[in-house]
Amino acid sequence: MKTRLMKGNDAVGEAAIAAGCRHYYGYPITPQNEIPEYLSKRMPEVGGVFIQSESEVAAINMVYGSSSAGARVMTSSSSPGISLKTEGISYMAGSELPAVIVNMMRGGPGLGGIQPAQGDYFQAVKGGGHGDYRTIVLAPASVQELYSFTRLAFDLADLYRNPVMILGDGLLGQMMEEVEIPVDAADTPPPEKPWAATGCRGRSKVIINSLYLDPHQLEVHNRKLQEKFSRMVEREQRSQEYRTRDCEILLVAYGTAARIARGAVDEARAQNIKAGLFRPQTLWPFPNGGLLEAAGTAKALLVVEMSAGQMVEDVKLGIEGRLPVHFYGRMGGVVPSVGEVTAEIRRLEGELS
Amino acid sequence: MKIVAKRPESLTSKDFHYCPGCTHGIIHRLVAETIDELGLRESAVGIAPVGCSVLAYEYFNLDMLQASHGRAPAVATGVKRVLPDCAVFTYQGDGDLAAIGLSEVVHAALRGENITIIFVNNAIYGMTGGQIAPTTLMGQVTTTSPGGREVGMSGNPIKVCEMLATQQGPAYLSRVSVHSPAHVRRAKKAIRKAFEMQMQKKGFSLVEILSTCPTNWGMDPLSSLDWLEEEMLPMYPLGEFRRPGG
Repeated sequence: MKTRLMKGNDAVGEAAIAAGCRHYYGYPITPQNEIPEYLSKRMPEVGGVFIQSESEVAAINMVYGSSSAGARVMTSSSSPGISLKTEGISYMAGSELPAVIVNMMRGGPGLGGIQPAQGDYFQAVKGGGHGDYRTIVLAPASVQELYSFTRLAFDLADLYRNPVMILGDGLLGQMMEEVEIPVDAADTPPPEKPWAATGCRGRSKVIINSLYLDPHQLEVHNRKLQEKFSRMVEREQRSQEYRTRDCEILLVAYGTAARIARGAVDEARAQNIKAGLFRPQTLWPFPNGGLLEAAGTAKALLVVEMSAGQMVEDVKLGIEGRLPVHFYGRMGGVVPSVGEVTAEIRRLEGELS
Repeated sequence: MKIVAKRPESLTSKDFHYCPGCTHGIIHRLVAETIDELGLRESAVGIAPVGCSVLAYEYFNLDMLQASHGRAPAVATGVKRVLPDCAVFTYQGDGDLAAIGLSEVVHAALRGENITIIFVNNAIYGMTGGQIAPTTLMGQVTTTSPGGREVGMSGNPIKVCEMLATQQGPAYLSRVSVHSPAHVRRAKKAIRKAFEMQMQKKGFSLVEILSTCPTNWGMDPLSSLDWLEEEMLPMYPLGEFRRPGG
């Protein structure tokens, strides 16, 4: 294990290299520009390919091409750019192609702003593009997790032959923290992909495709995809708990909002309020099992987000109506302070007692 | 018995779905013969577009990808950058390449991406029922230019080879036609040259092939061939717009 001080966006780039990714395609957009900048330097060093494409649309389709040819491949962007990529993500899900897509979210809608936000939760978790498909969505909350989740994302993408999204935000991408890098990190060989289109020498032809003009065939294809998504729900829920053992007010937050919520839990505890934090590390599949467990002693939930409360409905579904679900959030790139979240916990505590 | 003509190895035995008189079938065959002759079938990856040739992946007997509308050059870029020794080609119509996908083909050309683009120009959207295309001629009647193409509503037609020839990136640009046996033979030569350039790692090659669409032009197949010669050739002159060493 070695330790490096790294910027979040750089950690994503380095983790991709370590995961055996040798193809990156992207288009500049703040606040994720350090990822293409880092990889434009690193990819040539390891014999990889870096292309700054003419658009986000071109980038995701280059990803489609490289993935079809069997490579581990990544693209990254921020909110408006991800909107442009969603068509391609749907095609990849339909064609069962693995890829890693990183979204360092900024404020929206529209051109929005460039400050960190979490307003793309619905887009990431509920689909984004057209058709019945899902992508695993990983929600890192530190530079360390940006590194380890990026590596994990490549493995999950290959395991399920499906795009995987890393949902970060501008703050995570820009901050610097220590990262522990396993010494065996370098050059993970990508797995064999007999389904890839590499030229048909010694075998019959391969077709990478999402078009099924016969509705019955398309339904069969969809059933197969849905079975795969069900396996993801069974196996890939990830979450972390903090001070939940005896908590009465359970905060639920991910990413940057979770870091603030954690601080607020400590503040509340210092004021003798039994608060705890449940932090989803996968937003899809949402960690319903973990949430029910974490909420064992809770009297109420408080969802904290940098959005209008997009995760609230998943928390409500997860808690199955057993507890009231409250919400505190800021929008537009305003990051809530520990103080204002603590005040919200205190207010809620007052309501409960 | 000596076999003098047979289906190219690079075509499957599946029947084409193309309309009677449509020249897509000829162009498919020319591409397949070329791939056979150059011994590339087992190292080729083709990209089918959205449009009439969306099902090209069923007809070419080699590894095939289906791409989203207009993005085939970007997809081909992604494939080629993983498999630099494979013969990577796209097969695109005029709506796919010259309307929705114009950015992708231009930038692939500017990068000198070492891929081959087969660009079928029949001056109309075929698959969706005969709407105006970027290559539709002035005055040409389509289902979305019912009074004939005029600038005020639909702008001017695009000359893709001429436009790309103004740039440094492309290595080979040629416009050919398939309206007569002699032209079919010349088209084959251009396609072969494009693939040869790619295998010699010379960079971006594009062959624009003028093609007929009797169904959506509202003509019988023979009249379509005449219309191509009389109406399309003056607008889209044949020739090499960028050639090896030129």
